[in-house]
Amino acid sequence: MSHVFLYALVGTGLFTLGLYALIVHTHLLRKILAINVMGSGVFLVLVALAARARGAAPDPVPHAMVITGIVVAVSATALALALMVRVRAETGRAELSEERPE
Amino acid sequence: MALTMAAIPWGVMAILLPLAGAMACFLSPRRASPLGLITALGVVACAAGLGWQVAEQGAQRYAIGGWGAPLGIDLYADGLSLLMLMVTAVVGLGISVYSSGYFNREKAVNFWPLWMFLWSALNALFLSADIFNLYVTLELLGLAAVALVALAGGADALTGAMRYLLVSLLGSLAYLLGVALLYHSFGCLDIALLAERMEPSPAVMAAMGLMSAGLLLKTALFPLHFWLPPAHASAPAPVSALLSALVVKASFYILLRLWLDVFPVTAAGLGQLLGLLGAAAVLWGGLQALRQTRLKMLIAYSTVAQLGYLFLAFPLGSNVAWQGALYLLLSHALAKAAMFMAAGNILCFGGHDRIADLDRVAQRLPLSLAAFGLAGVSIMGLPPSGGFIAKWLLLEAAMRSGQWWWVIILILGGLLAAAYVFKVIGYAFTQAVMTHEARAVPATMEWAALVLALVAILLGLVAPWPLALMEIGLPFGGEAAG
Repeated sequence: MSHVFLYALVGTGLFTLGLYALIVHTHLLRKILAINVMGSGVFLVLVALAARARGAAPDPVPHAMVITGIVVAVSATALALALMVRVRAETGRAELSEERPE
Repeated sequence: MALTMAAIPWGVMAILLPLAGAMACFLSPRRASPLGLITALGVVACAAGLGWQVAEQGAQRYAIGGWGAPLGIDLYADGLSLLMLMVTAVVGLGISVYSSGYFNREKAVNFWPLWMFLWSALNALFLSADIFNLYVTLELLGLAAVALVALAGGADALTGAMRYLLVSLLGSLAYLLGVALLYHSFGCLDIALLAERMEPSPAVMAAMGLMSAGLLLKTALFPLHFWLPPAHASAPAPVSALLSALVVKASFYILLRLWLDVFPVTAAGLGQLLGLLGAAAVLWGGLQALRQTRLKMLIAYSTVAQLGYLFLAFPLGSNVAWQGALYLLLSHALAKAAMFMAAGNILCFGGHDRIADLDRVAQRLPLSLAAFGLAGVSIMGLPPSGGFIAKWLLLEAAMRSGQWWWVIILILGGLLAAAYVFKVIGYAFTQAVMTHEARAVPATMEWAALVLALVAILLGLVAPWPLALMEIGLPFGGEAAG
């Protein structure tokens, strides 16, 4: 069970790392990448936890969930990148402006 | 006749019809508006059909493809999902009618398919019976909503949409991690099965924390509300209406489902925390709304405050409290949609939404101002509106459980709401220093707002009927909880 636990721990680590990057970086591309790293972390946890017992065939349901999750992540990333390009074209910077609309 | 009615899977239709409508609007952009309206009418019919079915035969379960719960995906409709579906149908029809007048041809081509996708995602979310399907519908909803915010164009709307997208993805990933932990612990995703197998453990607590945090972020509970006002205020008027009225409620609905069915009830401390955050949201949202100089920002902060009320039910936890929260959700959906539509009319009419320069809107757009005022009555919680019934139920629950301090929050929140609604109405009667040329507003847009506001008031007069519907399938665990 220990290697499964290790994978799950690495997945959680990736999630945390992505969360940290999402908060500290201002450039939108880095934020989008951070979200993707977080997503990979979650997928890793799902795949790792699919191994029920040593030697037994892994549970296929989490794998199906990961595939669905990847599809969602790809579409979300595409939308995010398209939005980023538009934000840059409109404001000249690929960042979220801090000043709020009055 | 009744037999054929009963044989039709109305819930599945309510998901498939808007999906088909979205495709039709996308493929035939020149006829997008009439196609969208026809679809909207169809979805209302589906919601009514499902309502009949649930009222006649009790809670409905539908196994997609005949696979059944552990492996396949089930749809489930009880009183709670039915009411969510119905309020979505009513507000959705109003928004569709409003949008047919609001958008020019160029924008309408993009609006209709996205709105139909969003509607489909909402209906699927309210009918989903397993936690992974809820994740997928949550993402579909988020992506469609972000695209709709960006539809307004311009720097404000685009950065608002971008921030909304990042927040939304963060929320869903936290939720998904929780799903992974729950699946690992119990080997199933179906809510009913999870409820049976549930045992408290550290993994369950972690999942509960992650899923709640993700959903609270998406529901914009104070202090996680920072993304909501810019996104909701910068979107086009019908989009603001549907975001504030429906989309934020979807994540609250999931939280409510998980809290009622899946998570162990031992987490009383967390319930108190949610109640405290809700109370802070009521006060902070109200004060911020009062400070705003722009009408749409004011309404958006009012949403932050109203969302706070929903969380007052968590520390109370009784049947009456849940009913109150759900009633507030329903009446707020109708009233807030009407308010944003009225604001959209004012914006369209005068070209701006500065509250101080409203310039005799009362004489020039009487229907829209009436809609705003009536919606305000429900937001403040004055009788005989739906908001009044909701606050009354919450009040009763608070007094019964002896937690009287929530009553103070309810009263203060109502006073703040009255202050910001009257601030707008006051300026609407006076003449501004700067006059401006006005543009005509289509009658459909004025009437759509007014009718929704009237339904919000009506909800206070027909209270026994929705309250009876809520009890179907005992989503709140029956009378014993009271």
